[in-house]
Amino acid sequence: MSVPSGPRIITSRFDVADGHTYAGYVRTGGYVSLRKAVSSMTPQQVHDEVKAAEIQGRGGAGFPAGTKWGFLPAGVHPRYLVINGDESEPGTYKDRLLMERDPHQLIEGIVIACYALNASQAFLYVRGEMAHAQERLAQALNEAYANNMVGRNICGSDFSVDITLTWGAGAYIVGEETALIESLEGERGMPRLKPPFFPAVKGLYMQPTIVNNVETLANVPYIVGKGGGDFKSIGAPTSTGMRMFAVSGHVNKPGVFEVPNGVTTFRMLFEAPEYCGGIRNGGSIKAFIPGGASAMWFFPEHLDMALDKPTVDKAGSMLGSGAIVAMDQTTDMVAACWRIVRFFARESCGKCTPCREGTTWLERVLKRMLDGHGRPEDIDLLFEVSESISPGIAWPPRQTTICPLGPSAVSPIASAVRRFRHEFEHYIEHRRPIDGVESPFATHLASHA
Amino acid sequence: MSRLSEERVATAKEIIGRFPRKKSALIPLLHLAQEQDGYVAQDAMVHIAELLDLAPAEVYGTASFYEMFKFHPVGKYCINICTNISCQLVGAWNLLHHAEERLGIKSGGTTQDGLFTIEDVECIAACTEAPALQVNYRYRYKVTPESFDALINDLESGKLTGEVPPHGTLASVRQTTTAAWSNRGVEEQAQVDAR
Amino acid sequence: MTDTAAPKTTVNLTVDGRSIEATPGDLLITACERSGSFVPHFCYHPRMSPVGMCRQCIVEVEGPRGKSLVVSCMTPVADGQVVSTTSEPAKRAQEGVLELLLANHPLDCPVCDKGGECPLQDQAFSHGPGESRYVEEKRHYEKPIPISDLVFLDRERCILCDRCTRFAGEVAGDPLISFTSRGNNTQVMTFPDEPFSSYFSGNTVQICPVGALTSSAYRFKARPWDLEQVESTCTTCSVGCRTVVQSSRDELVRYQGVDVESVNWGWLCDRGRFNFESVNSKNRLQSPLMRKDGTLVETTWSTALDAAGRILRTVLNDKGPDAVAIIGGARGTNEDAFAWAQLADSLGVTARDAQLGDGLPSEVFALPQATIAEACASPTVILLAPDLKEELPVLYLRLRDAAEKRTTRIIEVSPRATGLSSYAWKSVRHDPGDQPRVVSELLSDRDVVDQLSRGNVTVVMGRGNLAESPEFTLLATGAVLAAVPTARVLPVVRRGNVRGAVTAGMTPQRPDADTNAILSSISAGKVECLVLVGADPLSDVPDADLVRRAFASVKHVIAVDTFVTDSVRHAEVVLPASAYGEKVGTTTNCEGRVSDVAQKITTAGTARPDWMIAAELALELGVDLGISSYPELRDTMTSSIAAFVPAADAKAVRGEGVLTAQSAPIRITATPRSAAPRLTHQFRLHVSRVMYDRAVSTNESPSLAPLAREAAVHMNSGDAQRLGVREGASVRLSSNGSAVVLPLVIDDAVSRGVVSVPFNQHGSDIRQLIRHDVAVTDVVVEVI
Repeated sequence: MSVPSGPRIITSRFDVADGHTYAGYVRTGGYVSLRKAVSSMTPQQVHDEVKAAEIQGRGGAGFPAGTKWGFLPAGVHPRYLVINGDESEPGTYKDRLLMERDPHQLIEGIVIACYALNASQAFLYVRGEMAHAQERLAQALNEAYANNMVGRNICGSDFSVDITLTWGAGAYIVGEETALIESLEGERGMPRLKPPFFPAVKGLYMQPTIVNNVETLANVPYIVGKGGGDFKSIGAPTSTGMRMFAVSGHVNKPGVFEVPNGVTTFRMLFEAPEYCGGIRNGGSIKAFIPGGASAMWFFPEHLDMALDKPTVDKAGSMLGSGAIVAMDQTTDMVAACWRIVRFFARESCGKCTPCREGTTWLERVLKRMLDGHGRPEDIDLLFEVSESISPGIAWPPRQTTICPLGPSAVSPIASAVRRFRHEFEHYIEHRRPIDGVESPFATHLASHA
Repeated sequence: MSRLSEERVATAKEIIGRFPRKKSALIPLLHLAQEQDGYVAQDAMVHIAELLDLAPAEVYGTASFYEMFKFHPVGKYCINICTNISCQLVGAWNLLHHAEERLGIKSGGTTQDGLFTIEDVECIAACTEAPALQVNYRYRYKVTPESFDALINDLESGKLTGEVPPHGTLASVRQTTTAAWSNRGVEEQAQVDAR
Repeated sequence: MTDTAAPKTTVNLTVDGRSIEATPGDLLITACERSGSFVPHFCYHPRMSPVGMCRQCIVEVEGPRGKSLVVSCMTPVADGQVVSTTSEPAKRAQEGVLELLLANHPLDCPVCDKGGECPLQDQAFSHGPGESRYVEEKRHYEKPIPISDLVFLDRERCILCDRCTRFAGEVAGDPLISFTSRGNNTQVMTFPDEPFSSYFSGNTVQICPVGALTSSAYRFKARPWDLEQVESTCTTCSVGCRTVVQSSRDELVRYQGVDVESVNWGWLCDRGRFNFESVNSKNRLQSPLMRKDGTLVETTWSTALDAAGRILRTVLNDKGPDAVAIIGGARGTNEDAFAWAQLADSLGVTARDAQLGDGLPSEVFALPQATIAEACASPTVILLAPDLKEELPVLYLRLRDAAEKRTTRIIEVSPRATGLSSYAWKSVRHDPGDQPRVVSELLSDRDVVDQLSRGNVTVVMGRGNLAESPEFTLLATGAVLAAVPTARVLPVVRRGNVRGAVTAGMTPQRPDADTNAILSSISAGKVECLVLVGADPLSDVPDADLVRRAFASVKHVIAVDTFVTDSVRHAEVVLPASAYGEKVGTTTNCEGRVSDVAQKITTAGTARPDWMIAAELALELGVDLGISSYPELRDTMTSSIAAFVPAADAKAVRGEGVLTAQSAPIRITATPRSAAPRLTHQFRLHVSRVMYDRAVSTNESPSLAPLAREAAVHMNSGDAQRLGVREGASVRLSSNGSAVVLPLVIDDAVSRGVVSVPFNQHGSDIRQLIRHDVAVTDVVVEVI
């Protein structure tokens, strides 16, 4: 199977032993773009390159970063750049690598972005559980400050910016940008309603704020160095550049890959020897999650679809945060569905009633089924409760909640129950999974209450 | 049950100085408290409230939202075993079950010697290395029952003391405020707030 | 048609088929409700910022991008919106949310205080799905738990609407309760060992949309369907909050705040909310008393009135009207005070005072006046007042709100930090007696001058220090009025109806006839008969020595009161008075707003309203005041006192009430001066009231009485260090030949060189050091 190829843009230093140090970074071409930007480009020119690159945000929503930057109201200061390094979507594993292995690349991207945005303060918010990333970033920031790449009069220009490194303390919801802002303000990480609080207008401290994902900003040095046109020429016109995908689950070689965006297919990722090299034990795909736990599931008929945002959107799911989870024919779909619902129930912030009460309700019904106490009416009940969280149970989801967390818990139910209804019915009737399917539980689930 | 040490207060003040508004330093300061005592002590929260001009209830309100903060002593080593989808698919529950048997505690519990706590946690962003766990937020990949037992042995024997600090310590390197700090953003916000 | 782009002042939308107009910025939920479509809701509260938390108020809106479900409490109105509150999708969403809210809510309505008046119960019937399909285990918590002395929390009933927590942080500024934990485990909690001891905690009970918060004073006292209620005005302090007075089986059981725009926005302080208990007290005077062989014994009204009449007649005949003095009137209604003033007029008694030497000269009511709303809308408020959080708590809420919304800047000049200090733009300390100088200096500060030019300036002035002559604050106010001629004044006297009583005529009718002068005249043998109308000088007059000597030598005391107070114990004749809730009338708040107080229950025993007692006593003395009924009295008062003319219409005094008519304002002409500086080894004394003290309405309310603290002396940590004295140590304060011993509290709200002692607390009486004729009180502090 031949797969499309492209340059390694943001993973280029993953194999460089000292790529995370200032010396290693500079030796491999680092901080050239920053110097170029502050010495020979106007902020608008930098912004224009990012716009021309048409890079879609890599955090989950896929909104074009250059367009987002343009939402800052003119002349309102202070304004902030907040970097979302709170990677927590199940299946997602790439921002952590970028922070651990190439922290200077991220810092360079941040400083260039601040230059383009005319922001003088950035907050780099790392997930609390990522001690190694925090360490690497602290080290890199201290070096960058010492070498005049951050701070006062960067590279001798009159541009100054500070980056405050901080981290969370364990809350998935803080990955949502308004919850992240709340957390940065020292609050409980509960999302704000948009409108009125569009961060670009009223964000951190009610000032204009751009929230960008780590991977998005890590691409900025390349875009500024090579030009937005160069970046746009990679991948598909509708999904530009290279993009990182983490492929986990029932594949032979799970891994994180930087692949040409929009042209690589799911099958290539699962089967090509340079990627995952096939389904484990020579098995076959029963279902897969194309873009994180919040996404609607895909099935074998979607395997030849390209990892292209509009294509996947149209098919009723999303690429989200680049998290692909493969489930082979032995997968217990009731257990898989329950596990993802349990995640959302545990991570609900508790603000909106439908999410706070509904996700837990769904989780308890599913767990009851797994425990052998399912009732025939429970399947309809799952949909009824889902309907109260996400009216219509459609894609893109409508929601009775502020943020998409609650509706995200509906995705696995809508996906699994619709496709594998017989597995749920079997659990209800026989108190065990269908034949040929492996329960993931070593003992009865109740022991893990 | 302690307030922050003098040294940590100095660090706290440095951290506070990096934010335009004091309350933003709340989570970092809670981490300092947890680093000091292994958990967030009640007195430490009162102390943090004083440092940030908050009511202790506000400190606790924020702190208790976040799963990493513990309000009672936990094991010196917190072993967080991921059971989320990617790990569940490749045997995470078996691993958790093994861990429970090996340590004689249930998920959420602490061994009597105060050495180990195990938790069943949500995705820790090591999905391609499943099943994965963290011990005091240091990763272990593709964990098998055997490698889990070896980990426990190494922790018990002190072999990993350098690599795995006691619970509460995250990064071993801190951002330092250098002479290059520009302070522009903090000052701009202070002007807006004064209006 | 013109092209000028004037900002739009209205938007047009359709709600459930009706075309309506709304103001830009209005929320959909308020527009819907105004148009007659009730939208179910729990977290939304019109006096707090919307959070969109319960999601109950979902409606369907058709806009340019098609139909969508939105929460109406966070969606602003927009031109052309077509809103349906009852479309199928809207109803489905509302039912869904209600089912989810009920999932974990216990079905204990029959034993819940809220049952029968519960928004969750009501809306479950009107907008709910009818039945719950939830069969899982509900959340369980220990319940109920006391979160303060006054409030219990049942976390199982809580629906996490954020009303109480928002109120605590956003409205009261006491963020002592917070959401804790997350998701389905979210709870409202205090910090361990730190109770929700807010002065405003009762409001959370009132606004709780379920029975999660209950008050110790009302728990299990009544069921809503047994309640009778009437709207009234609180007279605990001079803010005059609108209330609903509720009774069950002819006993007061609860007060609830009523939202009026001009005054309290629905809020009450805990003291005003819970002191209904004192009306029900067993210790209430039930019948007249007369002194017999040295003790007070019960008697009949005719005997008592006859005796009181005889005393007055004798003194009037023998010594003339100047030998009689009347103190009181501020705890009653306008009409009560008017009747007593009429009686005094008819007898020629000119020595009468509704204040007890602890207020302000009555001329402050003749300065150019500002209302509460005007003060809160002023760009600048100059605060020369006591701690409003302690004394006029709901005015504190209003000013705090104005400061927090950044529409008002507060400049505070006070002898110690107050509840408003942290919200003030500038908060400046002064030594007692030095306020005029400090204010004058501030008035020449460049920033302040600039600030004062930004629009209206209101001086909120009151008696900030009972150990200091009120003239300093008057002079300081004069300095502001001289510098800013358009400035206006909001006088904040403490006691409920001082302003009404003064307006009605219960104020000295000649120089040297105020309470302090009356007490001096008693000691000098010039006044022989003292009539107390709801006044307890022995407890309230700051100069303890003055009042003690007067009571030791007074020949006759006639007292009208609800309880046997320290002062009443000296009376020969005691006439029991009806209390709040037992009589009708009107009251006048600090801004001159007249509103009605209502009768809800039958009076205790044979007690009568003050006015009736005045009329009957008049008859004993052969005078007919021409008032045989309340309506007659009302008419006489509003036709004979110009200021009360606007209150003549009975409808005008309901709801928002009506402002008294103002005559041309007077000016303060005296030149500002300050007291001599204190000697370096001395401290200057500051004495002021705190919310919970030995006041009879607090002391006789079982829920509130324990909240009064022991007296203590508060001192700055620097001074304490200099004196080498620790917290809790006993210190002796001496001045003017008297001394008191009090425990020390280290308190940096107090400036260096000042010691501060709360007034009227249990323990040693600081009033022993206060002399009414000494401008400031300097004390020597010794450690013992």
